[in-house]
Amino acid sequence: MTTVTVEARELTRIYGGREAVRDVSFTLNKGEVLGFLGPNGAGKSTSMKMLTGNLAPSKGSVKICGIDMIENPKEAKALIGYLPEQPPLYRELTVDEFLAIAARLHRVSGSHVKKAVRIAKERCGLTEMGSRLIENLSKGYQQRVGIAQAIIHNPMVVILDEPTVGLDPIQIRDIRNLIKELGGEHSVILSTHILPEVEMVCDRVQIIHKGQMVFNGSIDILKQQRHGNRLLVGLSRAPANDELLKIPGITSVETLPSGLLRVRHDGSDAPAEQLVQAAVNQNWGLYQINPDQTSLEEVFVQLTFQEQAA
Amino acid sequence: MIFNITRKELKSLFSSPMGWVVLALLQFVFGTFFLNGIEQYFQTMSGAIRPEQRIGVTEFVGGNIFGIASFVMLFAVPLLSMRLISDERRQQTLTFLFSAPLSLTEIVVGKFLGLVTFLSIVIFFLAAMMSTLNFWAEIDFGYIAANVIGLWLLVASFSSLGLYVSSLTQQPIVAGIISFIALFALLLLDNFMAGDPTGTMSYLSLMRHFEPFSRGLLDTRDVAYFLLFIVTFLTLTVRRLDADRLRG
Repeated sequence: MTTVTVEARELTRIYGGREAVRDVSFTLNKGEVLGFLGPNGAGKSTSMKMLTGNLAPSKGSVKICGIDMIENPKEAKALIGYLPEQPPLYRELTVDEFLAIAARLHRVSGSHVKKAVRIAKERCGLTEMGSRLIENLSKGYQQRVGIAQAIIHNPMVVILDEPTVGLDPIQIRDIRNLIKELGGEHSVILSTHILPEVEMVCDRVQIIHKGQMVFNGSIDILKQQRHGNRLLVGLSRAPANDELLKIPGITSVETLPSGLLRVRHDGSDAPAEQLVQAAVNQNWGLYQINPDQTSLEEVFVQLTFQEQAA
Repeated sequence: MIFNITRKELKSLFSSPMGWVVLALLQFVFGTFFLNGIEQYFQTMSGAIRPEQRIGVTEFVGGNIFGIASFVMLFAVPLLSMRLISDERRQQTLTFLFSAPLSLTEIVVGKFLGLVTFLSIVIFFLAAMMSTLNFWAEIDFGYIAANVIGLWLLVASFSSLGLYVSSLTQQPIVAGIISFIALFALLLLDNFMAGDPTGTMSYLSLMRHFEPFSRGLLDTRDVAYFLLFIVTFLTLTVRRLDADRLRG
């Protein structure tokens, strides 16, 4: 069963004549984790602000579970949990006090506030921090309080703007697990510029560049682009490149500055195995062979670059 | 929902020393003037022999202390109101309120009520202090009530203006100074316009509308003036926050 939770249509935002975001449209289904990628200043945060009703779009509409954000902001906002780029925290309050306020403002009924606070603290690993002042917490813990604040009312849609900034590696892993877990029952929109993070937690990716969507699709498509038909081969007594081209399936060979060879193949006839066989037979001195992965960064650069060229 | 915002505001006020210090200092100032007032009452009245020179203790002490209170609030309210929105803007916590299922009116009215509730505590103590005179004299509760209502309306008007100014800037200090100057000008407008007491400008003066209350007179025209003043500035604040959403 798929239920549409977020529907954005032709979102456009103009700042003083300049289009910060142009015609961004997408839908998100229940249980999906959507990664929002883009270089600095691409319009990620602006899009998120529009999705959460913090900023009025110049054109277009946002619907949360079918409720229009512009016509019915209160009902739509009740379904969203939002962590902005800067976690909004009242530093003079304790974690418990702040979360209780967050719960009450998000319509958690009086008798459930305590329970909601306890669950949110557990999920974000804040159980022991309840009576500490937010001011005295480290950046990572403040970030967690920000996330706890966004999920306290069990919203249908959780929108997190760069949630793992300032966390240590262990905390990042915890938060990623939390996001995956949230993805099970809620929809999550996650903005980030950390690419492996997207690969790890997201089902779908959107890449936004200069205010426009340049890629929108499943994470698998990105991964495919990443694992191209290439091998990286190290030979201590390398023959002429023509020798290598004789091996069936290999289409091109290129010598890299590091002395390694980048071998492209057409993906048929297990070329890696054939190459190893040939290297052994002809005593080329094979010392390294591994698939040449385009880093996600490269894919990203390609995608954003294509847009510029177009 | 409005109540939740109010509660949040009060919690912030009392979770820092600010709230307590302001309460204690105000109480100290009013207490001192109260004692002085009583002492002066005995001195003045022992010299006043003819009946028409004599005035009641309520009016003598009350007139003094409520007059002082209106002046002291001129300093206290901008000090408390300056942080209301500007600080949230600076700390980026305004997003937290904007993303919650609340209308802008609820946010603004909630914040306003939070501050007014806090100031009501001050006024309540002031009224309680005046009422203690009842132990040894028969005091005029009607007079006290009129003064309390007048002072409360005056303070609420101060708060609404302070709230509006606070929504204009990111710097609490700037908001504080501007609110103070604006209130000072509004309060003393009829002094500047003394030559033309019926003019429109002097009619806008807050002091002119507070003065009947301090005589013990409850005039609906003055009540209406204060209520309109409050509603105007609260509406302006809502409009200002809405502009944030529209213009970014």
